[in-house]
Amino acid sequence: MTTPLLEMRNISIHFGGIKAVDDVSIDLMPGEVVGLLGHNGAGKSTLIKILSGAYKKDSGEIYVDGQKVDIRSPADARKYNIETIYQTLALSDNLDAASNLFLGREITTRFGLVDDTKMEAESRKIMARLNPNFKRFSEPVRSLSGGQRQSVAIARAVYFNARILIMDEPTAALGVHETAMVADLIKELKAQGLGIFLISHDTREMMELCDRVSVMKNGQLVSTERVEDVTEDDVLSMIIMGKKPGETVDA
Amino acid sequence: MGGLGKLIRTLQLDTRLLGMIGAFLLIALIFNIATGGTFLTPRNIFNLTLQTASVAIMATGMVFVIVTRNIDLSIGSIVGVIGMVMGLVQAFWLPEIVGFGSPVIIVVTVLVGIGLGVLIGGLQGWMIGYLMIPSFIVTLGGLLIWRGAAWWVTRGTTVSPLDANFVMLGGASGTIGVTASWALAIVGALATVWFLMRSRRQQMAHDIAVKPLWAEYALAGILVAAIAGITAIINAYQIPTRVLQRRFERNGLEMPEGYTEAYGFPISVLIVIAIAIVMTIVARKTRFGRYVFAMGGNPDAAELSGINTKMLTVKVFALMGGLAGIAAIVASARLASAGNDLGTLDELRVIAAAVIGGTALAGGVGTIYGAILGAFIMQSLVSGMGMVGVDAPFQNIIVGAVLILAVWVDILYRRRTGEA
Repeated sequence: MTTPLLEMRNISIHFGGIKAVDDVSIDLMPGEVVGLLGHNGAGKSTLIKILSGAYKKDSGEIYVDGQKVDIRSPADARKYNIETIYQTLALSDNLDAASNLFLGREITTRFGLVDDTKMEAESRKIMARLNPNFKRFSEPVRSLSGGQRQSVAIARAVYFNARILIMDEPTAALGVHETAMVADLIKELKAQGLGIFLISHDTREMMELCDRVSVMKNGQLVSTERVEDVTEDDVLSMIIMGKKPGETVDA
Repeated sequence: MGGLGKLIRTLQLDTRLLGMIGAFLLIALIFNIATGGTFLTPRNIFNLTLQTASVAIMATGMVFVIVTRNIDLSIGSIVGVIGMVMGLVQAFWLPEIVGFGSPVIIVVTVLVGIGLGVLIGGLQGWMIGYLMIPSFIVTLGGLLIWRGAAWWVTRGTTVSPLDANFVMLGGASGTIGVTASWALAIVGALATVWFLMRSRRQQMAHDIAVKPLWAEYALAGILVAAIAGITAIINAYQIPTRVLQRRFERNGLEMPEGYTEAYGFPISVLIVIAIAIVMTIVARKTRFGRYVFAMGGNPDAAELSGINTKMLTVKVFALMGGLAGIAAIVASARLASAGNDLGTLDELRVIAAAVIGGTALAGGVGTIYGAILGAFIMQSLVSGMGMVGVDAPFQNIIVGAVLILAVWVDILYRRRTGEA
C-alpha cells in the first residue's frame, strides 16, 4: 500500500466542556476526493480548521507523506501545500481580486515592494483557466457576484500548487452553471494528483464527486466508506442515526 | 454623466479626490472674498501650511489606525510628553555634555523624539493586539497618562528657548530659499513624469489596458503645473524688508537698494511632503500596507491568509507613535518652546482630518492624500474664520458641523458608487 498523502490520527479538540472533535482519524490518498458529511455542529468544519491551522488541536497527530508535521498556524499549513477554500471565502472585500489571490504571499519587485502589475497578470492567467468569463480584476471583490468571488477563492488555493485541498461548501452560494464548473474543476485537480477534502450538505453531489465519504456525528467519526459500497440512503442514515451500514438500529 | 464624466474616467481620476479639491477651493474662495483678498495671499498660504504641518503628519498615521478598525485618542498627549522630554534633552541635558549650539543636539533630540514615540505607540499597540484591550480604552487611558506624564516631567513649567538648529525644523525660521525650492520642484516634476511613464510601460508589458496617450500627457501636464504653481506661490512670499535690513546690518553690510528675498519652502512643509510620499508608498506598495488594508476589510480573512494581525496592530500603533514624535518635533520647533499643553486636542483634529479625507471608521478604506487634504480643509476653516472675525464658540460649532456634513456626504458618495 502506498503512503497516504495525509493522515490525521486520533484528533481531539474541545471548546470549554464541549468535545467538538473527539478522537477522529481520517486519511487521504493522492488523487482522491474524500467527502466529510454530517449535520451542522458534527465537527466537520472544526476538523478541517485544525488541518488548515486556524485551530490548534488538543491531541492527535498529523502526517504528510508519512512525515509527522506540526501545524500551528495558517502559515504552517501553507508551508505543507495545504490550501483551504473556506465557506465564508475569507476574502478582504475592500481589495481587488489579485490582492486577495496573493494575500500573505505577494509577488515583490527587487526593491521589496509589491508588484501589482505582475500579480494582476498572473491572476489573469489563472482565471483564464478557471473562469474565462472573469474580467473584473481591478474592482474590490465586494462588487463581484457570488460565483466570481468563489472563483477568486478557488484561484487562490489552486495557484500556489496545492497538494492537499480543503473545500468547505464550495458550491453553497452558486448557481447551477457555476456548480457544474466547480465539479469539473474538482475532477481536473483530482486527475492532477491532488488530494481533496470536500465538505457539503448535498449528499447526491458527494456520491458523485467523492471516492470515499467520512461521516461525523457529535464530534465523532461514525465511519468511512467507499462510495461504491454504500447507497445514498446508507449515508443518510449514517448522518442521521450515527450507525454504520449493516448495523441494526437498536430498538 | 456627460462629457465631463467620460473625461474623468478616461484620465482615470479619482472623483473623491476631485470633490475634496473642489471643496477646498470653494472654502478658500469664500474666505478670500470675505477677507477682501487676504486669505489667498502667498503670506497666508505659507502660514496655513506651517500651521497644518503637525496635524497633517499625524493624519497619515491615523489612516492606518482607523483602516484597521482601531482609534488612537492618545496622540495629542503623546505629542505633549515627547515635546517635554525633547525640551529637557536639548535645553538642559545635552548642552552640559556637548555644549550649547552643538550640531549633536538636534540629531540626538530628533532621534529621542521619534524613538520615544515608537516605544509609546508600540506599548499601546501591544496592549491592543496581544492583551486584546479595545484601542478606544487603551488610548483613552493613554490620553490621561501621557498628558499627566508631560506635566510631571517638568512640574508644569514651559521649556524655552529651544536649540537654534532644532527650531529651524518648525517653519518660518527654517526655510530653504527660492533657488532650492525651484530645484526641488523640478526634481519633483521629473519624478512625477518618470513615475507615470514607468507605470505605463509596466502595464503594457503585461498586456493590461492603458489610458490613451493624450490622457497620459494631460495628467502629467496637470501634475507638473500643480507643482510649479504651488512653488511659485510659496516663493512669492517675500521676507519683510526690515528683517532683511537687520540681517545685513548684523553682518556689517549695507543692503542694496531694491533688494528682495523670499522664504521658499519651510522645512516642516518639506517634512510633510516627504512623509506623504513615504506613507503612500507604504500604504500601496508594501506588504505591510497591503496587510493593514486586508485586516481592515476582513480581520478573519487576513488571519487565515497567514498574516499575524496581533503583530500588525503593534506595528500600526508604533508607526502612529513615531509620527506623533515627528509632529512633536515640528510643533515644538514652530513655537520655539515646549509647554505641557503642546498637542492638546490634536487627537480630535487628526481624527477629523482623516475622516474628512474619506477614511471610513468601519475600516478598510482610506487614503494618505485624503487625510492630508482633510487636514488642510480643517485648518483653512479654522484660520479663515479667525481672519473673518468669527467668535471662538461659533468656530467650534461650525467645525463640528462641517465634520458631520463631510462624513454624511461621504456616505452618500459611497452609496452611489456602491463601495458600501
